[in-house]
Amino acid sequence: MSNLLTASIGRKLLMSVSGLFLILFLFVHLILNSFLLLDGCMGFETGQLFNAGVHFMGTNPLIKIIEPTLALGFVVHIVYSLILTVQNMKARGPQAYASGKKTTGVEWASLNMLPLGIAILAFLIVHIFNFYMKMKGYIAWEGGEVEFPFFGSMATGENAYALVNETFKSLPLVLLYVVGSVALAFHLAHGFWSSFQTIGWNNPIWMPRLRVISNVVAIILGGGFTVIALAQHLFF
Amino acid sequence: MEKIINLTLKVWRQNGSKAKGRFETYKVNNVSTDSSFLEMMDMLNEQLVSEDKVPVAFDHDCREGICGTCSLYINGRPHGPDDDVTTCQLHMRKFTDGQTITIEPWRSTAFPVIYDLMVDRRAFDKIISAGGYVSVNTGGVPDANAIPIAKADADESMDSASCIGCGACVAACKNGSAMLFVSAKVSQLAMLPQGRIEASRRAKAMVAKMDELGFGNCTNTGACEVECPKNISLSNIARLNREFLYAKFQD
Ligand code: HEM
Ligand code: SF4
Ligand code: FES
Repeated sequence: MSNLLTASIGRKLLMSVSGLFLILFLFVHLILNSFLLLDGCMGFETGQLFNAGVHFMGTNPLIKIIEPTLALGFVVHIVYSLILTVQNMKARGPQAYASGKKTTGVEWASLNMLPLGIAILAFLIVHIFNFYMKMKGYIAWEGGEVEFPFFGSMATGENAYALVNETFKSLPLVLLYVVGSVALAFHLAHGFWSSFQTIGWNNPIWMPRLRVISNVVAIILGGGFTVIALAQHLFF
Repeated sequence: MEKIINLTLKVWRQNGSKAKGRFETYKVNNVSTDSSFLEMMDMLNEQLVSEDKVPVAFDHDCREGICGTCSLYINGRPHGPDDDVTTCQLHMRKFTDGQTITIEPWRSTAFPVIYDLMVDRRAFDKIISAGGYVSVNTGGVPDANAIPIAKADADESMDSASCIGCGACVAACKNGSAMLFVSAKVSQLAMLPQGRIEASRRAKAMVAKMDELGFGNCTNTGACEVECPKNISLSNIARLNREFLYAKFQD
């Protein structure tokens, strides 16, 4: 284990593991968000499913551990992305090729991971102000108390659904969410398979498979968040 | 069919590693499309010598794609516009009459320019000396037939062994990373029983040397694989990561 993190592959391991952890979190997040749309088909009143989900996330004791871990995941991923990028720019050297780079067949996303990451980060900051800060009580908001079914009985909590629904009334904000989600999709179309390559879990047979899975993950996550934001704006 | 073409060359000239480089433009006429790129460069140099000018310095040796000495970044690609060939194997039929060809040295901090188009690739030799070999211990030589090797392993090992150390992978990489080269060298030995014994030590030593020499961190863009004249596969990099991480977690 000694000096693993001072080695290039060690630093990449941190990028990979933190990235995969963030992807896992995004899947949980997407499932919760899908509740925003599912009341109707599950026979609940509008907002009940999502409010129950938020209540569960807010009151669950595990969240006290998960939240700081998640923040750490982001910090590690972002800090190391900057360290790696600076080192790579140094390794490349200041002299650009006068005849440009005409190598064909290189994924666009793979060449733009930092700009895509920065787009995600910009979105993330707006997102935290939109919802997280309000739901956690750092910024005041008027949602009112509501009742919803919770594990067989009824529970009351803040009307988080109303907050989301209000927020997504703004078209510019919805568009920002779409842009953030698309950036995420591109980041993951490369990032997902790349992280498996980084931890060494790849070979000639799995390479094409992982690339396909990577695109599927990108479409599910990027597309999922896009659809939810748009649907909330248009139909709810 | 053979054609005769006239070309304009924009060539990087640099009088030594410390000097500031610049592009010079030359005309080379009556180039046969049947000639090779380096023969065209020879024509340029004969022309320069006859004009009492300093010829362009560029690396070359075998001129048949096996030694890895030739380099050159030609019109936006290492080893020029053809796929899976070295510059010495590049034909002039890939170019058209009247075309302007831009010729640059490999650009990477770990490969500083020595003169004109020649770069110092000794960094690769240093990585090899750090561990890219099988130690030979004295004692009886085992019978080659006594060590069975699966066909698939032998094939993959041979494929990795075809790396000629040209450095096109580094030249193509936006991160100046040498991972394709190092992974080919590590893989070629790790897949054979003779090399397997030292696999962990080798992976650690070669990666440490690669980092020390200032090569970048691989982000798996795959430009190296596209530009490699020997088609070294990106999956070698996964194997190197695996070998290296395994070795580190063993410590
Ligand atoms: C939820 C958000 C994010 C997820 C799920 C995510 C996921 C990933 C994954 C899986 C990788 C591939 C790692 C590898 O190749 O081993 C990656 C690479 C990268 N990420 Fe992110 N990322 C996110 C946010 C960000 C942010 C906010 C930034 C920067 C400000 C960023 C910058 C980068 C960079 C520069 C790389 C390429 C570095 C490399 O491959 O070594 N990412 N990301
Ligand atoms: S991996 Fe390919 S491009 Fe890189 S040094 Fe070897 S032969 Fe050249
Ligand atoms: S001169 Fe030997 S490979 Fe080109």
